[in-house]
Amino acid sequence: MQRLERWGWLVVALVLCTFAIPWFLWGDSTVVAGLPLWLWWHVGWMALASVVFWAFARRGWGIGIEPDAVGSGNERRGPEDTRDTGDGR
Amino acid sequence: MSLAVQLGIIVGYLVVALLVGVLAYRVAERTAEDFYLASRTFGTVVLLFTTFATLLSAFTFFAGPNVAYAEGPEWVLVMGLMDGIIFAILWYLIGYKQWLLGQQHAYVTLGEMLGDRFGSRRLRGLVAGVSLLWLFPYVMLQQVGAGTALEALTEGAVPYAVGAGLITLFMILYVVIAGMRGIAWTDTLQGAFMLVTTWLAMVWVLAVVGGPSVATGALEAEAAQHLALGSDHYTPQWMLSTAITIGFGVAMFPQVNQRFFAAGSKTVLKRSFALWPILCVLLFVPSFMLGAWARGLDVTIAEGENVLPAMLAEFTPTWFAALVIAGAMAAMMSSSDSMLLSGSSYFTRDLYRPYLEMDLSERREDLLARGGVVAFATAAFVASLYNPATLFELGDAAFSGFAQLALPVLVALYWRRTTRAGITAGIAVSQAFYLSSLFVAVVPTSYAGWSAGLVGMGVGLVVTVGVSLVTTPAADERRAIYFEGLRAD
Repeated sequence: MQRLERWGWLVVALVLCTFAIPWFLWGDSTVVAGLPLWLWWHVGWMALASVVFWAFARRGWGIGIEPDAVGSGNERRGPEDTRDTGDGR
Repeated sequence: MSLAVQLGIIVGYLVVALLVGVLAYRVAERTAEDFYLASRTFGTVVLLFTTFATLLSAFTFFAGPNVAYAEGPEWVLVMGLMDGIIFAILWYLIGYKQWLLGQQHAYVTLGEMLGDRFGSRRLRGLVAGVSLLWLFPYVMLQQVGAGTALEALTEGAVPYAVGAGLITLFMILYVVIAGMRGIAWTDTLQGAFMLVTTWLAMVWVLAVVGGPSVATGALEAEAAQHLALGSDHYTPQWMLSTAITIGFGVAMFPQVNQRFFAAGSKTVLKRSFALWPILCVLLFVPSFMLGAWARGLDVTIAEGENVLPAMLAEFTPTWFAALVIAGAMAAMMSSSDSMLLSGSSYFTRDLYRPYLEMDLSERREDLLARGGVVAFATAAFVASLYNPATLFELGDAAFSGFAQLALPVLVALYWRRTTRAGITAGIAVSQAFYLSSLFVAVVPTSYAGWSAGLVGMGVGLVVTVGVSLVTTPAADERRAIYFEGLRAD
């Protein structure tokens, strides 16, 4: 199961890299609301990347690194997590 | 007026930075780990912004908009892919694993982490040596940049050598006092400041010219080809080569790599990871679009002048333009601060201590660390007075040079069969290849449009894996360190 998840996330990562630049709009110069369409795609894609990264941080964090990483939203909370108080220090 | 305002803002910034440094000094422990890593206590905001501010050198504010002006705004895509996505993925793959290892074994540098696993002082020295080879000229370039900028700003009243010297002196004083914690605190203030002012600048300019549609319409009338994705300059090979080499290079730059060790908790790493692409796009879109729009708005750029200051001077009041420019100069300095600190740690931890003086007390190592900062900064300053061509070229190619380290390190972190001979050969051969592409005429710099930096990364990967396959692990290698019992809690 973990193996499947690992490969799944790897594919997701590759897709995120591949379409950060909209190759299918190559040569296109359509302007929408004052910016090139390809720039809008990029902005949307980066927002999507943030959401995917957030989902990974919740569900898949540890995969491929911690030998007994638990996927599927089963996040363990240890002393490291609870120690996180405030952002100043 | 403009000069007084700019100098006032720069001096004001320096005073605030020093105050923050003194504040950080007061809470610091007198150990090398605290000086270099703030005792691994960073929270989300500080880690995010200190990494961010470290990444932003003069490039984001000067060179990047210049390229967007000359060639079109596709730079946004290259930067977004390299920093927002590739680097974020490495943040997990390299950063999280490094953080876990650092927590368990108290590593402070990359060389230390590799040398321990492979039982090799030589590997440790090699990684530090290679890193300093690229870092030193890069720091020198920042000093050259700062000295030149001050000379231009004061119209020669502060000569180049004096300007560069004053800035070096300030950086030494500041880094020696503040350490990593103080640097990170000022980075946070400064990163937030630059983000806000860049957006203000864009809104201001757009309000004056009548909105993005007008600005883009003017660009279309002046250089319609800039709006179409791709050009002779922005080929797919060039965009990918640049994004991949710089993205991987960033993760191996000492001041960035070392920040992986400094996170306070797993949660901090997770949050910063998810916020990263958003933060990148928030900064790159306004700063590069300003550069691109300047082309259509008939902003006159004198020879050798930067686009962004000229654009701001044309459309915003003097004080605001001065604020942004001073902020950009501060960004250059804060990158240098972090590089000095990391350079010093690579030197003392991986070269001085293992080879010259093994038994160091914590207090003595702390003093030595601060001494290392002075030595590193002074040497870079002296070099900057001569600005030799070789060093200039090395500094200019530093990102690709660091990128050569990334794949051997990734292989070592994730592939159990990596051997000491394999990783050592992978690092040595890829460095030799990339250096010869720079300095030996018969080695080409481009391969069917792909850069030598990218090809060198492939060479490093093949050699690391190939040599590992045909050699056996040395007796004192400690593979278990990387693969067993790694967990955050």
